[in-house]
Amino acid sequence: MNWELFERFGPRLIDGLFVTIQLSVISVVLGLILAVPLAVVRARRGTLGSWSAFLFTYLFRGTPLLAQVFLVYYGSGQFRQTFENAGLWWLFRDPYWCVLATFTLNTSAYQAEILRGAIQAVPAGQIDAAKAGGMTPFQIFRRITIPQAARLALRPFGNEYVMMVKASAIASVVTVFDLMGVARLAFQRTFDFQAYIAAAVLYVLVVEIFRRCWVAMERNLNRYMPARH
Amino acid sequence: MIILGADIGAWSGQLLAGALVSVALAVATVPFGMAVGVAVALAKDSSNRVLSAFGEGYTTVFRGLPELLTLLLVYYGLQMAFQITAEWLGLSVTVNINPFVAGILALSLVFGAYSSEVLLGGLRGIERGQIEAAISVGMTPLTAFVRIKWPQVLRLALPGLGNNWVVLLKDTSLVSVIALNDLLRQTSLAVASTKEPFAFYAVACLGYLLMTIVSNMLLMLLEARANRGWRPMSP
Repeated sequence: MNWELFERFGPRLIDGLFVTIQLSVISVVLGLILAVPLAVVRARRGTLGSWSAFLFTYLFRGTPLLAQVFLVYYGSGQFRQTFENAGLWWLFRDPYWCVLATFTLNTSAYQAEILRGAIQAVPAGQIDAAKAGGMTPFQIFRRITIPQAARLALRPFGNEYVMMVKASAIASVVTVFDLMGVARLAFQRTFDFQAYIAAAVLYVLVVEIFRRCWVAMERNLNRYMPARH
Repeated sequence: MIILGADIGAWSGQLLAGALVSVALAVATVPFGMAVGVAVALAKDSSNRVLSAFGEGYTTVFRGLPELLTLLLVYYGLQMAFQITAEWLGLSVTVNINPFVAGILALSLVFGAYSSEVLLGGLRGIERGQIEAAISVGMTPLTAFVRIKWPQVLRLALPGLGNNWVVLLKDTSLVSVIALNDLLRQTSLAVASTKEPFAFYAVACLGYLLMTIVSNMLLMLLEARANRGWRPMSP
């Protein structure tokens, strides 16, 4: 092991790790907040809202995240005057905010699809029964649909967070110093391959620790359901 | 052709060439990625503890690594490995790894990790009785696998594999970071000379979207074909 490298870049790698966690957690949480209305609108078939929600999710799921980041970060520069007039230029000037906004929209599209699947998996008979029992649509949604859909969506949501931790490495391409960004910097400065190895170990550790905790939590919350293999 | 005030037409040749490189990279990755996926799935399904631990370890690592990092690890790692070998042999050459080859390798490792999970689900979805029956009529285990198990595994795994294909198509864009002239890099080159980032990146996104849409349509046809003779069971 090259201790000199880690003396010089170790603390910065840890800082980078925090930026990675920050980016992934914030975008996934904000993405969820956007995904709930998206999924609800999307579930109302045949409406204009449903169609536009479909278009939104298809656009974000059908194109690479890296291309989306380029579109937002470099593309916004072209409209600098407009953004300055709107007082929004600080947001689009900074790669961190650009990346965060793109990640949020991207993960909201994936999460909306997960939620839609989970909402549709709630048996229609329960909704009918709740209606017959006199509940309002909002009550049905809050008391019958969401508690069950949320549990079904837990596992795919965990996977989505893992995907986001990994995808956040793309931020390094537009000069954000996340874990990947610091590893690339360290490699460019020292040509020591261990910088990448160290980042790899940290990524695998974070993902694996999160995955294990998430699976344990999911098992605990879903213990009333028949065990899945 | 002018789109969003930018002359896309003047660059259409380069963009199209880039799109072809992207598709070629994805297509070239599939056979290697499938080979990795099948090997790792069989390892995980094996009763041999060492093999199954290797399979689990493999997926843990490549499920946890960002695709971009896998790519850089392969690209610079290979370069260094070859350089060190060359120096050891007393050759003074500068080794440059072809980014297309590095892309195939890295994406195969990733595609293999995800596909092994899908294939494992397929392998476990076939009842033991079928293989026992095949062996009792005199098939060797290999014949039973090739003729009875594998075709059914593929049918079960097809939706998941199709999903992985679309992810792979999008992941090819990462190879632009190591200067392969794929769709995204050709777009960046066009942006550098025209200063019209919004229009060009929007067109690149549309290009990828088109690839996804065509893939999804082909996958639907494939699934329909794989499921011919299967009727959805009534509940």
